[in-house]
Amino acid sequence: MAHSYRDDPEAIRALVQPDRVHRDLYIDPELFALEQEHFFANTWNYVGHDSQLPKAGDWIRADIAGQPLIVVRHQDDTVRVLMNRCAHKGSRLVTAPCGHAGKHFRCPYHAWTFRTDGSLLNIPLKNGYDGTALQECESAKGLATVKNVRLHRGFIFVKINDVGPGFEEYFGDSLSSIDNMADRSPEGRLEIAGGCLRFLHQCNWKMFVENLNDTMHPMVVHESSAGTAKRMWIDKPADQPKPMAIEQFTPFMSDYKFFEDMGVRVFDNGHSFSGVHFSIHSKYSAVPAYDAAMKAVYGEERAARILGLARHNTVYYPNLTIKGAIQAIRVVKPIAVDKTVVESWTFRLAGAPPEMLQRTAMYSRLINSPFSVVGHDDLQAYRGIQAGLHASGNPWVSLHRNFDPAEVGQADVTTVGTSEISMRNQYRAWARAMTMSMETGQ
Amino acid sequence: MSDVSERDLVDFVVREARLLDDRRYAEWNALFTDDAIYWVPLVPGQPEGLDHTSHLYEDKLLRDLRIERLKSPRAFSQQPPTRSLHLLQTPTVEPGDPARADEHLLRTVFQYTESQGDEINTFFGVCWHRLVVEGGALRIRQKRVDLINSDAALPAVQLFI
Repeated sequence: MAHSYRDDPEAIRALVQPDRVHRDLYIDPELFALEQEHFFANTWNYVGHDSQLPKAGDWIRADIAGQPLIVVRHQDDTVRVLMNRCAHKGSRLVTAPCGHAGKHFRCPYHAWTFRTDGSLLNIPLKNGYDGTALQECESAKGLATVKNVRLHRGFIFVKINDVGPGFEEYFGDSLSSIDNMADRSPEGRLEIAGGCLRFLHQCNWKMFVENLNDTMHPMVVHESSAGTAKRMWIDKPADQPKPMAIEQFTPFMSDYKFFEDMGVRVFDNGHSFSGVHFSIHSKYSAVPAYDAAMKAVYGEERAARILGLARHNTVYYPNLTIKGAIQAIRVVKPIAVDKTVVESWTFRLAGAPPEMLQRTAMYSRLINSPFSVVGHDDLQAYRGIQAGLHASGNPWVSLHRNFDPAEVGQADVTTVGTSEISMRNQYRAWARAMTMSMETGQ
Repeated sequence: MSDVSERDLVDFVVREARLLDDRRYAEWNALFTDDAIYWVPLVPGQPEGLDHTSHLYEDKLLRDLRIERLKSPRAFSQQPPTRSLHLLQTPTVEPGDPARADEHLLRTVFQYTESQGDEINTFFGVCWHRLVVEGGALRIRQKRVDLINSDAALPAVQLFI
């Protein structure tokens, strides 16, 4: 009889060893279902940015832990997160990706209405409920709400369950990457702009998240794209200005030493960033009008410090990864054990010249589009793993590179950029968040 | 080629698709003017491709790169190679922008298919060609491909739509 992981947290913990993980993390449908039930409900997940909700009544839809959510700006200007499920028979209240509710949501099925804090406003022909137990049950209380909602520089995070660390403890100093992206605006403010690329990946969500700080792959996987870009420009005189596309592609072909020296830093609960000292984004040509705007606001020294922090990817484990230096983020939406949608969003730096958003939009298009020649070869690698792990003979995925037993249990480690520590760190956090609500029975 | 007939325009669009499906990419790329853009917008009615992300917004440099990459033995996502097929409705000549009197605008409803191994993906949409006469021949100034589901989660699209 096949083994079941349900109600067996010990078996789940045994899948994560200090320096390797079991293939079932990526290919077992039962573990995927348990992740939705436990892991994603116990962790802080990104649901959107408050610039998407400029006015009271504005809403966006989100799905976390397999649950349909509405993220809405309430009349008191706070951001509320509600279950997108009518208190009556369970219909979704909204179905478009975003919209404006005015002062209330109205169910399209029987016209029950709810205020934007979820409370029940009205039911048609209400006297039909006289003498019934409706008043005493959940349905009369209105929409279920998500209690754990936190904003940081406009980034909205939720945690569905009550177990696990609070927001500040969960993210710790990793929030400095979001701060850096927002500080790059002369007004200290980001606005979602430029659209959302949605790319269907036929692989488990973890392969994508792991890859963000996997610095041993770019020069291998992207040889055909970034390597070709580099070759196309190699004979040009050194003083000929590089087109932006060439500037964005060629650093992917940097050598092992570059990525090793870049450095990686990991935090408790699975977060990490590579590019501690510099990154593939460090050498983009200056945009003089932007540099002038930054200096005018922050002064020369602080502006240089903000712009000098050109981190590569920061992973806010599990579902958000950001590139502060290029103002682009990727949001991971697990669909099935072997199916993930990756959404790429871009930001306008409020108060910056238009060239900045154009640079961001170009980067996202070149790297994150379903038509991207960079993305094609990444996806091929993920799909290769998804299929390859079904082989027998070795059920383990090696994450041994630069493993140091002393790293286990440390909350903040900085080390060589080519270490696989960011992945080991993710899976330690995975095993904890996956099992913490199994014992409490939440 | 001062007098361009409707037949010339329609034949041009059909030939352009044929070159792609025959993998004659260098000849295909030569159909574009030097400043031409090959564009797959991200949202319906997208007005431009610089301040907003697109699926693809490619000048000559980026088209060259895409074509060169396919020659690389390390274009791993092309193992096995993808094949493409454009199924076109008869192109219609449309009233163009009066400010661009030298241009011919063509609208073509299409079905585009990529097959790789046992997988097959089909995309639908409307393609817009802005054509001009240059050096005695028709050239593409802009090819814009409006997918009907441009804002959906799409699988990898690996060749030229």
